[in-house]
Amino acid sequence: MPYEAVVGLEIHVQIKTCTKMFTAAPYQYGAAPNTLTDAVVLGLPGTLPVLNYAAIEKCAKLGLMLGCEIAEVCKWDRKNYFYPDSPKNYQLTQNEEPLCVGGKVEIELPGPSRNVEGDHRWVTLNRIHLEEDPGKLTHEAFETVIDFNRAGVPLAEIVTEPDMSSSTEAVAFLNCLRNMIIYAGVSDCDMEKGQLRCDANVSLRPVGTKKLGTRTEIKNLNSISNVKAAIEYEIERQTSVLEGGGSIAQETRRWDVESGSSFSLRSKEEAHDYRYFPDPDLMPVQMDRSRINELEAELPERPLDKQRRYQEAFKLPFTLTSVLCVNRELCEFFEDALQTYEAPKQIANYITNDLLRELSAASEHGDSALDVGKCKLTPAHIGILSKIIDEGIISKQIGKEVFSEMFVTGEMPDAIVEKKGLKQSDDTDEIEALCLEAIACNAKAVGQYKEGNTKALNALKGPVMKATKGKANPAMLDDLLKRLINKG
Amino acid sequence: MSETPHIDIDYVAKLARLDMTEEEKSKLGAQLDDILGYFDKLNSVDVEGVEPMAHAHRVTNVWREGDQPDETYAPEILTGMAPDQRDNQVVVPKVVE
Amino acid sequence: MSDLHFKTITELAAMLAAGETTSVSITHAVIERTAAVDAQVKAFLSSDPEDALAQAEASDERRALGRAIGSLDGIPIGIKDTLAVKDQHLRCASKMLENYVSPFDATCITKLREAGAIIWGRLNMDEFAMGSSTENSAFQTTCNPWNLETIPGGSSGGSAAAMSAGEAIATLGTDTGGSIRQPAALCGVVGMKPTYGLISRYGLVAFASSLDQVGPFARTVEDAALLMEAMLGKDPLDSTSIAPEGETNYAAALKVKKGPWKLGVPQEFFGEGIDPEVKVNIEKAIDWYKEQGCEIVDISLPHSELAVPVYYIVATAEASSNLARFDGVRYGHRSEEAKDALTLFTKSRGEGFGDEVKRRIILGTYVLSSGYYDAYYLRAQKVRRRILGDFEKAFEQVDAILTPTSPTPAFNRGERANDPLAMYLSDVYTISVNLAGLPAISIPSGFTERGLPIGLQVIGKAFGEADMFAIANAFEQGHDYYKAVPAL
Repeated sequence: MPYEAVVGLEIHVQIKTCTKMFTAAPYQYGAAPNTLTDAVVLGLPGTLPVLNYAAIEKCAKLGLMLGCEIAEVCKWDRKNYFYPDSPKNYQLTQNEEPLCVGGKVEIELPGPSRNVEGDHRWVTLNRIHLEEDPGKLTHEAFETVIDFNRAGVPLAEIVTEPDMSSSTEAVAFLNCLRNMIIYAGVSDCDMEKGQLRCDANVSLRPVGTKKLGTRTEIKNLNSISNVKAAIEYEIERQTSVLEGGGSIAQETRRWDVESGSSFSLRSKEEAHDYRYFPDPDLMPVQMDRSRINELEAELPERPLDKQRRYQEAFKLPFTLTSVLCVNRELCEFFEDALQTYEAPKQIANYITNDLLRELSAASEHGDSALDVGKCKLTPAHIGILSKIIDEGIISKQIGKEVFSEMFVTGEMPDAIVEKKGLKQSDDTDEIEALCLEAIACNAKAVGQYKEGNTKALNALKGPVMKATKGKANPAMLDDLLKRLINKG
Repeated sequence: MSETPHIDIDYVAKLARLDMTEEEKSKLGAQLDDILGYFDKLNSVDVEGVEPMAHAHRVTNVWREGDQPDETYAPEILTGMAPDQRDNQVVVPKVVE
Repeated sequence: MSDLHFKTITELAAMLAAGETTSVSITHAVIERTAAVDAQVKAFLSSDPEDALAQAEASDERRALGRAIGSLDGIPIGIKDTLAVKDQHLRCASKMLENYVSPFDATCITKLREAGAIIWGRLNMDEFAMGSSTENSAFQTTCNPWNLETIPGGSSGGSAAAMSAGEAIATLGTDTGGSIRQPAALCGVVGMKPTYGLISRYGLVAFASSLDQVGPFARTVEDAALLMEAMLGKDPLDSTSIAPEGETNYAAALKVKKGPWKLGVPQEFFGEGIDPEVKVNIEKAIDWYKEQGCEIVDISLPHSELAVPVYYIVATAEASSNLARFDGVRYGHRSEEAKDALTLFTKSRGEGFGDEVKRRIILGTYVLSSGYYDAYYLRAQKVRRRILGDFEKAFEQVDAILTPTSPTPAFNRGERANDPLAMYLSDVYTISVNLAGLPAISIPSGFTERGLPIGLQVIGKAFGEADMFAIANAFEQGHDYYKAVPAL
């Protein structure tokens, strides 16, 4: 009997606030152990939580971005379980009345090749709720040590419906979700820093049936490639169990990166008896409708909406939009550059090729400059550069040189051209003389050209460009060479 | 509620992470069964449609504005009170998942 | 020394203002009295006379410079061991916290310090405030100063006994189901539980968060009013605290509010289980009010008999979660037998908690556990609202409600130790007040033939402290019970 997989994800996202969810201690990744705590973080006797309103607004914003209904009232519950990383041995969370309900995320599946856009579909969400992060355990040879810095950081838990059918869909979902969250400014979603963590629920059912099979939950998926590998492993494992006549046990499994396999976490019978009840220390939150409307109005355009718009309005190809639209800052840079000079494709090319190349090179040199906002280049630089090329003031070839120069110095392209004397030469007499010289010295290339090999012309152009230091107008040079050869 | 309420002490003690001797458990079990019997009084009242009362008053929207960081504790405050500590971290017996 | 330790705050404040005494003299008197009688009473778990005297000297210096703060400036106030005082032990009378020292002050302590009060000693209690006799302390059993064979009531038994024996000018306690009022009644002093939210719970080690309140023990109603004025107010560190409505100059209002009042008497509180001497005494008190021109209204609180089960479900459920943080990880008792994550918790908690605490944690865990939540916890929460409804209906007719504070006077030590249900029933008149979040005060109303004090409870409307105090004050001033002191 052929089976089909059903996959649901639970994603924990650290919300980017300056202070923790229920106290004013700050948080930053990588701080020295136990330097970001206070009495509340440590769960000292007599302490009480006080809600950080910023976490509510950011989570509401995330919910709006993902098409959720924002609840009129949300409440706080305690999830009771003992674990050494949990200072109170209960987690404040939203079980009964979460902040965001429902929602759907548009995803883009991989196309047949890298340069071809894949299908789009929607993945349905169940809810998003807020909760607090626990501290961090480090397991040593004989002991475990605990750092409570992370304890109390606001987490948004995004729960999808069991609405995906493969690891490919799950990965596509995670990528699109990540882009949206970063767009909304809610989190940086750096999985290496634990800012985005994922658990996957996997079950199988006979193809064509509706009823969900018994699911397993796989934890510890801290990179997108782990998510992919773990889901694939689990589908295979369950398939072989079912095909062998066995049945699937409802259990939690832990993904082991080293071995590329998962193992069952001995599920103690009480493992899921969390004894949720309303937290008596925190009062309910009544969401202000007009504030929600404001937040909604402030939302950025969603990445895939932007991609569609760029393709339609600017006629940009998928090869450009797929690079541009995953990054909100790049898009803003692009649109700002258009304000200077309306040449979408040329500007998009500069951004996705030259700018990204320079940024990545700069970051490889230890300069942490892979951040569009922080480099010396402004959108106006690229706009003006495109303009002076279009106007024939410099060639595209010279343009590359100017680009590198302005990336380093931040000088405007026209100033660089002026300073370095890079203006394209239109002095026909001088160029004609150089052309004639090139023709005379390259009989072979001239012969090839006459036989129909148009590329042979490049061998003639080279020496002329060299002699003019690249300033010869390439289009003019082309025309001139052809005319002189045909004449001769 | 069941006719004769009875607590599964072993299960509940494990949930509550309380180590108890068999003697303690049997004594406590009998007392708690008594108490649960007394709780059956609750079934005498009709609570259909009554909103559960989780707080003593109905105040909503209590929060901290501004997201401004406040002072933190020096790690020594924690390590000074922790039963076992090393290099500013709390040490516990090895946790196996 | 002329019995300074038995004087009221009002009397001492006048003497201080007139230069007839000093804070150091008063503090000395209290220290000496404690040294003389505490071996019998055993109210204090610890005290620091040097620290108290240093605070007293600072108070006297302020006064000498003309900067005395108010009525509480220079007055030694004893503190229940469940309220956090910076750099002092905070044991909650538990082995679990035997070595724990609080790094911060509770908000009520901060406010008393701001009012110039002398923070004096740690007072015994039932472990984690669970009990009605102070026999559940891990360290010592406090005796009732009126009869050392009997219990002082609980859980704030140390606070009541110290007050009664003149070991402090006033004391603080906490009241979750009667833990201030019942020991106040049994020890012949004034004890008051405020409207829920009026005093911050920050720094009060939580037992049952939706019921706990800090409150004063004092020799007179006026003294209790002065302490309340100093401590009340919304606290940014406690989300359940609220800014008071109405009159809060309670002490001044006593001189204005003279009645007559409409006073409700709930028949449910005079039935089965009440000691005949207590019944006669309280009926006499009611008659006194009638003679003063008050209208006595028979009222009904039909759900009263459900208050005990509701209370023991709600309170133990919250407690089971509140006490989860005592796990031997970050602070408190860690078992030497802790070998792994599980025994770290089970052994440390098994060794650290006493029988009553274990009993309530088990009960509270059970009522929240899977399959029982709806039948016990959720149902109790609904009945809780019914109980509040009874009071709201009654207060449409009356200004306050009169009841006995405790069904019996102080009982002998050990008498109810093995019958938890009987012990739970000793709170029958006080717990419905906590469930409804109302203010109530217990004032001395006479003695039994055996010479044991009896207390009259006045229950006020939410935030109706001013009226409640005035009604209690009228009775107090019409009698001289408050002047009686135990022979030690």
